[in-house]
Amino acid sequence: MLNEVCFRVMPKDIPSWDDASLAQNNTWTLEAYRAAGGYKVWESIIKEKTEPRSIIAKLKKSVLRGRGGAGFPTGLKWSFMSPGVPGEKYLLCNSDESEPGTCKDRFILTENPHQLLEGMLIGCYAMGAKVGYNLMRGEFWLPFQRCEAALKEAMDAGLIGDNILGSDVSIHLHNSTTLGAYICGEETALMNALEGKRPHPRFKPPFPANFGLWGRPTNINNTETIASVPVILEKGADWFVDQGTEKSGGTKIFCVSGHVNKPGNYEVPLGTPFSELLEMAGGMRNGAKLKAVIPGGSSMPVVPGDIMMKTNLDYESIMQAGSMLGSGGMIIMDESTCMVAVARRFARFYKHESCGQCTPCREGSGWVYRLLCDIEQGKASMDDIDRLGRVAKQIEGRTICVFGEAIAWPVEGFLKHYRHEFEACIQRGKEG
Amino acid sequence: MTAQPLSESSKAVIDGWVKKFPKDHPRAALCGALKHVQEENGGHLTDDLMTSVANYLGLPPIEVFEVASFYDLCEFQPIGRYKLAVCTNVSCMLCGSTEIVEHLEKRLGIKMGETTPDGLFTLRDVECLAACINAPMLQLNDKELYEKLTIADVDALLDRLIDEAKTKE
Repeated sequence: MLNEVCFRVMPKDIPSWDDASLAQNNTWTLEAYRAAGGYKVWESIIKEKTEPRSIIAKLKKSVLRGRGGAGFPTGLKWSFMSPGVPGEKYLLCNSDESEPGTCKDRFILTENPHQLLEGMLIGCYAMGAKVGYNLMRGEFWLPFQRCEAALKEAMDAGLIGDNILGSDVSIHLHNSTTLGAYICGEETALMNALEGKRPHPRFKPPFPANFGLWGRPTNINNTETIASVPVILEKGADWFVDQGTEKSGGTKIFCVSGHVNKPGNYEVPLGTPFSELLEMAGGMRNGAKLKAVIPGGSSMPVVPGDIMMKTNLDYESIMQAGSMLGSGGMIIMDESTCMVAVARRFARFYKHESCGQCTPCREGSGWVYRLLCDIEQGKASMDDIDRLGRVAKQIEGRTICVFGEAIAWPVEGFLKHYRHEFEACIQRGKEG
Repeated sequence: MTAQPLSESSKAVIDGWVKKFPKDHPRAALCGALKHVQEENGGHLTDDLMTSVANYLGLPPIEVFEVASFYDLCEFQPIGRYKLAVCTNVSCMLCGSTEIVEHLEKRLGIKMGETTPDGLFTLRDVECLAACINAPMLQLNDKELYEKLTIADVDALLDRLIDEAKTKE
């Protein structure tokens, strides 16, 4: 069971995930997607005039959870879009993939764009939206080209647009772009980005399902989440649930990067032991010893290697191990890795990407970064370690969006498991 | 203020963006518009250009500056013909981006963020570009990715770009 959902158009075993090698497979065309069974679900929905609520019921049964990081149940989210509200409603696909360690959506957009379009069509239909937007980060040049080409192909084939396949259903989809900022991935910032405003997160409530794009009901899902939908409807909710565990149904893409022999995207059943994933990724580079893993993108706490080797990859098990599954961006570090350097580099990222709207985040992210620089360079005192923890903790929960948590949680994780490395840096500095 | 006029091709591209959105919300075309005019202007935005975009979309210029100044891809000073954006975030750092950066700085004789005196290269130290499984990597002129980089790959790329610049002159 590898690559059977979001990457089903791709070869089972991919030796290299770089754009140049993947381009040889030609998987992004309508022809290739059709050959993999694509658009069958959409055609049957149009033909049989499927009851929208039954689609949402199936999604609920499949236990699909948001794959962008938050893990919110997708069927439940779709059910928030009240069918009774008159006027425009929107589906917005969050393709602003920017969480360090995460690179799955870029490959869905580049290699399998039609499946995302089919998922968006189904979503629009189920929620009564006539327009859907796929908003990509500005750096996604090739993904944008491929999505635009796929959209044109699907429109020419009568799958998208007015009177789809001769029916009275009309749905329009559009690709759009930002100009590159991590905060755009926050769902309310994403809406501001699409509207052409500064992408500052909005207060919630009101929630997007009530007051979203241009004040209209809007549903926002991650790329991988939406791309999973056609396969779930084709093979059935039970099939999907059976792939995973009882609470974490289905499959999930893990982006394995860092010190492994075969870095890559591995779409595996949830509940797969981490040790198996590590084996798929060719094991540790140069036979080195595993030191630590960041299991769900940079915003999630680090987990020591020995704990990770006993952990299964599902939402509940990773939480038990003291972290979160997040986006599935899995950074593997061997024993040569300096945890202070890793923490400092993440802190630079959060300092750079803080939108500046909330004082605790804007000031705290810089403070955390400067403290970590001082510690790494041996210019800090032992008190600074506690100060670092305190400053990080004071950001958490005091901001409009969860960016504050994303600064705090990794710092807490590094201090919990690797405090001795921080102390050693300071000690080395004292000894000159 | 007399703004630098938009080219006919820019207007056509912006019109295309405006069509994607509800007709009373042309502002949504802003990112697409800025991206296009920056590229057409050789890689950076000017106050005049941003004012023209604002006028064309019916926005106060300050609102265009406000958006442009937020984003990483917007450049406000002339940059080199080839912008090399090197990711130095953790996955790339674990796989040798530090050495890639050192080599680029040494060979081009400039630091990250600077442009070579001949106006050929600009180096940018950027955040994660979602190519973690192909680390280390760089992006050329906000377009193609060069992945799984070695020092030799970097040299080959620089040689090719220098040659290309010569033949185009």
